[in-house]
Amino acid sequence: MNTTKHKQNSPYLMMNDIGKSFPGVRALDHVDFRLRSGDIHALMGENGAGKSTLVKVLTGVFSMDEGSVILDGDPVSIRSPQDAQKHRISTVYQEVNLCPNITVAENLFLGREPRSMGLIDWKQMNIKAAELLHELNIAAAPTAQLDSYSIAIQQMIAIARAVNTECRILILDEPTSSLDADEVEKLFSLMHQLKTTGVGIIFITHFIEQVYEVCDRITVLRNGKLVGEYEVENLPRLQLVTKMMGKEIENLSELDVDRDESRFAGEVPIIEARGLSSGASKVAPFDLKMYASEVVGFAGLLGSGRSELVRTIYGADKATQGQLSIKGKSVKIKNPLDAMKKGMAYLPEDRKDDGIFEDLSVRENIIIALQAKHGMFKRMTRKEMEAYADEYIKLLSIKTPNIETPIKTLSGGNQQKVILARWLLTNPEFMILDEPTRGIDVGTKTEIQKLILKLAGEGKSVAFISSEIDEMLRTCSRMVVMRDRQKVGELTQNQLNQNTIMRTIAGGEGNDA
Amino acid sequence: MRNTEIKPVKIDSEPFFKRLLSHRLTFSLVVLLVVVVQNIITTPDFFKISMTNGLISGYIPNILDEASELVIVTLGMTLVIAVSGGVDLSVGAIMAIAASFCGLLLNGAEYRTDVFHNPYILALFVGLLGGGLCGVFNGFLVSRLKIQPMIATLILFTAGRSIAKQITHGQTIYIMNPVYKWLGVQIPGVPIRTTILISIAIIILVTLVTKLTSLGLYIQSVGINGSASRLVGLNSRAIKFMAFVICGVLAGAAGLVGSSSVGSVNSGELGLSIEMDAILAVALGGNDLFGGKFSIAGAVIGAYTIQAITTTLYAMNVRADQLNVFKAVIIIVIIVASSDVFKEKIKRFTRHLFSKNMSLGGLSDERQ
Amino acid sequence: MRDSKKTAAPAPVQWIKHKGLSNTGVLLLITISLFVLLYVISLILFADSNFAKYSVFFNLINSKAHLLMLALGVTVVLITGSIDISVGGVTGLVSMVIAVMLMEYGVNAIWAIPMSLGIGLAFGIVQGFLVAYLEIQPFIVTLSGMFFARGMISVINAKSVPISDPSFMSWSSAKVFIPFLYNVRRNGTHDIAYLTPAAIAAIVILIVLIIALKKTKFGRSLYAVGGNPQSALFMGINIKRTKFMAHVLCSVLAGIGGLLFTLFAPSGNPGNGYGYEIDAISSSVIGGVMLNGGVGLPIGTLFGVLINSLIERVVPLLGIVDASWPRIISSAFLFVFIVLQSVFASASTKGGFKLLLPQWMKFKRKHTAET
Repeated sequence: MNTTKHKQNSPYLMMNDIGKSFPGVRALDHVDFRLRSGDIHALMGENGAGKSTLVKVLTGVFSMDEGSVILDGDPVSIRSPQDAQKHRISTVYQEVNLCPNITVAENLFLGREPRSMGLIDWKQMNIKAAELLHELNIAAAPTAQLDSYSIAIQQMIAIARAVNTECRILILDEPTSSLDADEVEKLFSLMHQLKTTGVGIIFITHFIEQVYEVCDRITVLRNGKLVGEYEVENLPRLQLVTKMMGKEIENLSELDVDRDESRFAGEVPIIEARGLSSGASKVAPFDLKMYASEVVGFAGLLGSGRSELVRTIYGADKATQGQLSIKGKSVKIKNPLDAMKKGMAYLPEDRKDDGIFEDLSVRENIIIALQAKHGMFKRMTRKEMEAYADEYIKLLSIKTPNIETPIKTLSGGNQQKVILARWLLTNPEFMILDEPTRGIDVGTKTEIQKLILKLAGEGKSVAFISSEIDEMLRTCSRMVVMRDRQKVGELTQNQLNQNTIMRTIAGGEGNDA
Repeated sequence: MRNTEIKPVKIDSEPFFKRLLSHRLTFSLVVLLVVVVQNIITTPDFFKISMTNGLISGYIPNILDEASELVIVTLGMTLVIAVSGGVDLSVGAIMAIAASFCGLLLNGAEYRTDVFHNPYILALFVGLLGGGLCGVFNGFLVSRLKIQPMIATLILFTAGRSIAKQITHGQTIYIMNPVYKWLGVQIPGVPIRTTILISIAIIILVTLVTKLTSLGLYIQSVGINGSASRLVGLNSRAIKFMAFVICGVLAGAAGLVGSSSVGSVNSGELGLSIEMDAILAVALGGNDLFGGKFSIAGAVIGAYTIQAITTTLYAMNVRADQLNVFKAVIIIVIIVASSDVFKEKIKRFTRHLFSKNMSLGGLSDERQ
Repeated sequence: MRDSKKTAAPAPVQWIKHKGLSNTGVLLLITISLFVLLYVISLILFADSNFAKYSVFFNLINSKAHLLMLALGVTVVLITGSIDISVGGVTGLVSMVIAVMLMEYGVNAIWAIPMSLGIGLAFGIVQGFLVAYLEIQPFIVTLSGMFFARGMISVINAKSVPISDPSFMSWSSAKVFIPFLYNVRRNGTHDIAYLTPAAIAAIVILIVLIIALKKTKFGRSLYAVGGNPQSALFMGINIKRTKFMAHVLCSVLAGIGGLLFTLFAPSGNPGNGYGYEIDAISSSVIGGVMLNGGVGLPIGTLFGVLINSLIERVVPLLGIVDASWPRIISSAFLFVFIVLQSVFASASTKGGFKLLLPQWMKFKRKHTAET
């Protein structure tokens, strides 16, 4: 590296005014990003913020439409991942990008193996690998197969590989998602070590606590725009959360929501979970009560574990510990069909991957859950199916030419309504709605919110997960708050406002600022 | 309440022609049409139907007759492909196994006899059961051990015929009792070949099973989206298992038909290479080889089309093994044409042709 | 059999020796042990049938030199996570072409070599292109390839064409004797062990392949692509080219296998090579090559072929005349090894039991989520 050019005061990496569009969406808009050598810099943002797009621009996966990138004072053009490598930018992804079936040493040197006489010199490679691992304090044997080590170690080996290429910028994309506390600590000490050698680290994560533990600076993005760059010690948690979620306090025209807690006194909850969990990496064991005729919101940042929590109740992820009772009776839910038969319904977060049967018709998508409940031999007649489909198309104002149209031709909002119809048809007592309004036009959003209230009015118990706090506030009488895969609180009555919710999400000290 | 600001989603009724072109059955019907036309031109008596020995015969009845094994096997293959996106390679071997069981029961230990050692119906039933058991084996490997269908069925594909041979004590056996030929040739007094009747009966049976129960819907759901299926309460494992068992039973039935049409059980020859034809038939019938929606009608048309092509080529003095060259080419053409990469390249190519001022040098943004 | 995890903290520049074998090592051990076991059992069972001779052992290789080529080719392709089931067809086609060229067109026998290489190359290029660049399922591509090859055999000639070309026949019957390995027959003559030129060629190619797979960039990229194509891409490996070359190599080896086969059985029969792809795959799998890719060693494949050869040799001695039994037994071993491999794979990685699937078996469209 040419040290004479290295200016002490200006950042090593400067991304200026970056713009990037895809068909129909402006992924990045006038975004600036700076990274100093020896900094650990967190890049944060909620869904659709543009973090991953920004990184992909930096690493040559995408080309930017506008803007410039300056490395160490010189403008550069990075047009491919190979270019990025040449400019000493390395990335370690969440799914460790190494090959599990070859040795640690080989993974470290793949593509750059030491040679003698034209052939690969394994002995040299193993020795060099041992040196590298030792230098970085990674306890792994060069001759062992990579997948005999835990993800945590594999990740560190991936970092070692990056270091070995003498990278100046290391991008860590959600490195801690599958690590336990000890492993996270080891990772952090490795990161500290790299810091001292002048490597700049971009740390993409949604774990707030970790950001405060190890980072120097934070850049927050929202909806493709830069919110700001801050020094960690000058940004209290609450402010961080506020900036990420971007909600200024609104005047909410509240619809008629009954927030009186006492109305549930003496009632048996429809759902009661105690110490329920589906495995260490999913969610920490939680307690939860849900009553009839109520809507409970679930607030938290992306990745805080809300979907995982409800999936555990529904049996989509089988519970490995704890208890679940339905209307007072203890039950074991082995699979979704069990849950359905006991009166549960689950509208999944990912409509495309987990929700719709894209080639099937609207009619078939609507009746499928009810049909599954009936069983294979009790097939609904065509007339029955058509009647149901027509009924719900009318009820939910689903726009479709007819009931036989393949669902994939419908707009997102209408697809979502079809899935809602599917579950309503099963007449559940407990409904889980995971981001039911994501990616949907404003008009339909309101329709769905009103529908949710109506359902509660009819006696159903509704769990409502959304990344938009205001729509939950409009409909919920209670809010469960999650952070870092753990349930951290429950808010009721006059706690139900933006401020308190944000504060609970943020947690930690220094909240009052 | 509708939000009047939003324009209604415009799904216009597409022009008739366009809809016709994209209908799944169109492709297969067109191919069939081409083959038929070609035959009409080259074969003067193509439509001629006559009575020979109390049996309706002619080109068309011959095609229908010869296609019967393929049609039955194709039905099973359709379900397997629809539910799993994979294929069952063992159908030919299962045919041999089922026929061997049946033949064993009928002939006892003799390799050539005209006396039934066991009731005919029982033997047929055992044959079907044998096919079903093979289906259970395949189904278990695929649904429980989660081995991919091609590999799982590879086992019976390689070992099945040898096993079948062992069932008949290592020999080809000949069942001389004329009643045996009822299934494969003709029930005395009935002018239509039994094979045709059976094929139609099985087609109807499978259609009923998939449509009268929700099995058809379930198979499609599992094939289209496994995780969504699970979340709506379907037991994907059981559904996949069932598809393979049904395929096994159907292959068994085809084996019985095939062996009775020649009055013998030759494990080395029965249903040889039929899996290839069945896969082709399914694809030709407009079914997606990746799984999901399926059409019985399409598969049936596909099967008869393949048979028509085969018969036509035979008439042109192409030999059986040479036939495979054509089939290989056809399959490659179909697969390439429907491959995503190819479609992308065609799209880009046509776009390039039709745009004058294209700014070249733009990197493909979505590349990964 | 589990790998031991990291042990004590490392002393300066002394790498931690890890104890135990990797998966590959264990599978190889099982294969070799199986072969040794079967051989020993055979020695015991057939002690009186002149089994315990050096020549018997070497004939195992002599009779299956062609299979070794096919199996090595399939091994290469399997390591990348793909598959090739056309190798049997290519073998048959090569032998028919050689027979017809020699006998009906009077071509000089030396042309057999470029012919077999050429045919193999042609198949490899076409199949490799379809698989690597058009990203079509390898199974279907090579299945069509097989049918194409078998069909072409009949197109060329539907009947058997025995070869009687003198030069070719002299190569075919050539033997390289190994002077110090002999047994004395009952009538006093020496039964000296020998290797055919074909076997020698096969062994040489085996050695080259062993070195290539272990010590060349191409060889290692095969493993990388098979282990995790996504990662290999990020680590700078050209996946498409690697897969393409793997298929080319496999088909060329199949072409050579066809030549060796014709030397072994000098006749162009329409049924030549029928089912050899199955033998090639099962030899590889039994030899420790994992169907899901990324794992396998050519030396293991050698033992897989030896086991296959041994079974075929031994089954008739058991009085089982039926030609279908060797295949049943091999298929049974194949099945056992498939399940065994998956048990291994799931035992060494965290998370529950699940059968590993090769990339080429994954048909499902992936919905890629956008962040």
